[in-house]
Amino acid sequence: MTEQVLLVRRNIWHRVQNSAMYYSFVHNRTAMVSAAIVFTYVLLAVLAPLIAPYNPWDLTQFDIMDSEIPPIGSVEADSRFMLGTDAMGRDMLSAMLYGTGISILIGVFATCLQLVLGVSIGLIAGYFGGRLDSFLMRVADIQLSFTTLMVAIVVLALFQATVGLRLYEEFAIVAIVLVIGLAEWPQYARTVRACVLAAKKQEYVDAARVIGLHPFTIIYRHILPNTFSPLLVISTVQVANAIITEASLSFLGLGMPVTKPSLGSLIQNGFHYVFSGSWWITTLPAITLVILIVAINLLGDWLRDVLNPKIYN
Amino acid sequence: MTLLNIENLEVTFPLRSGSVTAIRDVSFTVDQGERIGIVGESGAGKSVSAFAILNLISKPGYISGGRIEFDGTLLSELDESTMQQIRGNRISMIFQDPMMTLNPVLSIGTQMEESILAHRKISRAEARNIAVDKLRAVQIPSAQKRLKQYPHELSGGMRQRVVIAIALLTDPQLIIADEPTTALDVTIQAEILELLQNLCNEFNVGLILITHDLGVVSQVTQKIIVMYAGAIIEQGDTENIVTRPKHHYTRGLLKALPENTTPGEKLNQINGVMPTLQDIPHGCLFHNRCDMVKDVCRKVQPNLQGIASHSVACHFPISYEE
Amino acid sequence: MRNEMTLVRTQKLFKYFNVSGGLLDQLSVQNGRLKRQVDLVKALNGIDLSVHSGEVLCLVGESGCGKTTVGRTIMGLLPPSSGEISYRGERIDHLSRSRLLPYRQKMQMIFQNSYASLNPRKTVSATLLEPVRFHNPRHSTAELKEKVKEVMESVGIDPKWGARYSHEISGGQRQRISIARALMVDPEFIVADEPISALDVSIQAQILNLLGDAREQRGLTYLFITHDLSVVEHFGTRVAVMYLGRICEVGKTSEIFGAPRHPYTQALLSAIPKLGKQKSPHIRMRGEVPTAIDLPSGCVFHNRCAHAKEICKTDVPELKNESSEAQVACHGIEHSWF
Repeated sequence: MTEQVLLVRRNIWHRVQNSAMYYSFVHNRTAMVSAAIVFTYVLLAVLAPLIAPYNPWDLTQFDIMDSEIPPIGSVEADSRFMLGTDAMGRDMLSAMLYGTGISILIGVFATCLQLVLGVSIGLIAGYFGGRLDSFLMRVADIQLSFTTLMVAIVVLALFQATVGLRLYEEFAIVAIVLVIGLAEWPQYARTVRACVLAAKKQEYVDAARVIGLHPFTIIYRHILPNTFSPLLVISTVQVANAIITEASLSFLGLGMPVTKPSLGSLIQNGFHYVFSGSWWITTLPAITLVILIVAINLLGDWLRDVLNPKIYN
Repeated sequence: MTLLNIENLEVTFPLRSGSVTAIRDVSFTVDQGERIGIVGESGAGKSVSAFAILNLISKPGYISGGRIEFDGTLLSELDESTMQQIRGNRISMIFQDPMMTLNPVLSIGTQMEESILAHRKISRAEARNIAVDKLRAVQIPSAQKRLKQYPHELSGGMRQRVVIAIALLTDPQLIIADEPTTALDVTIQAEILELLQNLCNEFNVGLILITHDLGVVSQVTQKIIVMYAGAIIEQGDTENIVTRPKHHYTRGLLKALPENTTPGEKLNQINGVMPTLQDIPHGCLFHNRCDMVKDVCRKVQPNLQGIASHSVACHFPISYEE
Repeated sequence: MRNEMTLVRTQKLFKYFNVSGGLLDQLSVQNGRLKRQVDLVKALNGIDLSVHSGEVLCLVGESGCGKTTVGRTIMGLLPPSSGEISYRGERIDHLSRSRLLPYRQKMQMIFQNSYASLNPRKTVSATLLEPVRFHNPRHSTAELKEKVKEVMESVGIDPKWGARYSHEISGGQRQRISIARALMVDPEFIVADEPISALDVSIQAQILNLLGDAREQRGLTYLFITHDLSVVEHFGTRVAVMYLGRICEVGKTSEIFGAPRHPYTQALLSAIPKLGKQKSPHIRMRGEVPTAIDLPSGCVFHNRCAHAKEICKTDVPELKNESSEAQVACHGIEHSWF
């Protein structure tokens, strides 16, 4: 029995190694480097509570006397704070490690929400077609005509005003995930619908209908698996987009609170001190954010090239 | 007089799993006004052989050996700009899908005029006259009116006629037609084939007809080349190939045709599939599907042997008692 | 012993496709008035067809004549606009999906494009298991797998290939798997829609022989849809010739190929490229094929027919019995002009 399992595992590994994707990955330096960067970010974010020298969420650990210490390399640097501190005396390295985690968390969860909503709506619209399809797609059009940022600003501002700042700080992460997730589902819905329309014309779907399968079984077993490639491509881009949206919201003061900062809130937090010479408070998280976004997007570009049947084959 | 002379042509595709030779040692000639057919299954190398003449092999493929001589010039040594003066001018192409040649957003007239003006220094009005002439030559009714039409306004058969008219615009010496009737219905196919044959006769144009359909080839061409797994395995006069095939593969193909079987009986099928280019067998290319296989077939690759009117690459060719 | 029972029958089958797009595309302003115009492709215009048990009925015609639509409508992939389809005398065209299930095991379909007819994300054995498992949910996996193995062997596929994906297999083998999928539920009737036209010449014979063997061993009935007339002559027991959504001639293969009656059938048969016969004297038809949107009045063939008279432009010819086996829809033959 174990031998069989081993055999299957070896088979899967063999398949992966022989796949065009693996080949392309190994022979594409950009893809490897960006994957490594993204992986490192995720690892650091997950391990943040273990490796961060301080807990940036614990106000008792800051000392205002330590405020605005520059990163090491400067004359006034302090060996306790490798990347310096912010205006409250918070360790920048710890704040950035935790902040990266929050940013990625929001990006991933918001994208998952978009994915679930968009894929369900797209599958239904595409497979059943007709009036239902027209209705759902018009809703998507309307949704898309309001930019995510606009919707998010209005909703979050209202939310902040109604529940008060205290409660807002506690539920900010949920609210942001919900807003970004709800605002961007049409991206997925449209792509999935297009895939379904293409797959519906394929004869294997007809063959499944001739067998007599239930429409939902056909959607689930025959159509959905064939939308995976484009979904993977959009998902990478959407994670990056969600992270940026969250950063923009935070920069406008509508995102994560300073007490539990994301990379965006850190940038906003340090922005006031740029002109007073404390450049690192805003620049370091900004660079961190940019590298993450660029890496994710490059990975997405590579995925798109590899999975695009028109370029490949 | 020899118009096209191809000797030992070889085309290679470098792939990630190592390079693959798509065609090997392909040699044939086309005389002025001669119609030859290249027959074979998909992947046999028939299109690659023809596209190599115009250096139109899709990347990353390249001509890795041999020489191509057209009307005294060595095509295999031409640079791209000189090649363009020959391509579409002295050698024209007709593709399976007319929409590959026709631009959907330009009218037929504009496209035809531009094809002429690309190769000739004449006025637009003169070009238009030539276009009308050629449309009449391919028997398109009310040619003058067609100039203003767009490709999508024409039926499939009409479109292929327009493509043939475009191919004739510059009075080429050679036309390469890649499956020109595969996408068409039988009744239209019959008309187009007859038209092609008549035009080649009338204007003394050479024709290379690439197809998988032995019936089509045998009606139009004077010579047939049979390709299998990237090599020529038999060539000769159409009459010889169709009635007295010497290669077991050719005979197998002919015997497998429904018209050569009593209705209701099993077709004489050739078992197995053509080897892919990655695993070309040792010895005779056909040995693993051949009924007459002997030891030597598995070891030694037979060369094309015989006379111009009929040669075959087989250790034990089929012989016919006269 | 031939059982001449009618297995599948269509009566006055019509199928129109709306190609005018959404409501906004249909509206246009003509002479200062808003008009709504609906463009219909009249794919089938009253198809009466009977498939007898045990036969191979070949449905031939040129592209766009509606032959594929007939097959897909019979299989329930397209709802007919009007008309009836019956299977062993039971009407099936208006049944719901669940009430159609028993017929799904008896009627199967083989598709033209073997690339598109196999799901690229499924292995061969998953593709073959799906239909039997669905129709026999109580059978054990071992039993079902045994069945898959048996059918794979019967279509000439090594059962070891079960773990492969469709893109790892050649075209001929893929078509064998498509055939295997149809055979998995032990059907009686198979619609084969151009099953060999996408294949290479040397493979076509293999697949055709396989279909013939399956018919002999399992007593199958085929509706064989094709444009390749030389295949028809070999494989079909009866032929139905279609033109622009109507049937113009039905009869025994040998009779139709020996002495075609309908002018269109005559033109069609004369166009078959035959080996070695340079310049076959094919009958040239006048004019162009009309589109199925603007269907000609009367006989759909009248504008291309050399024998057409006034009546052909106004009256639709009915399929009339010429003999017990053959039926022709032509005024000229009915009134013996030619």
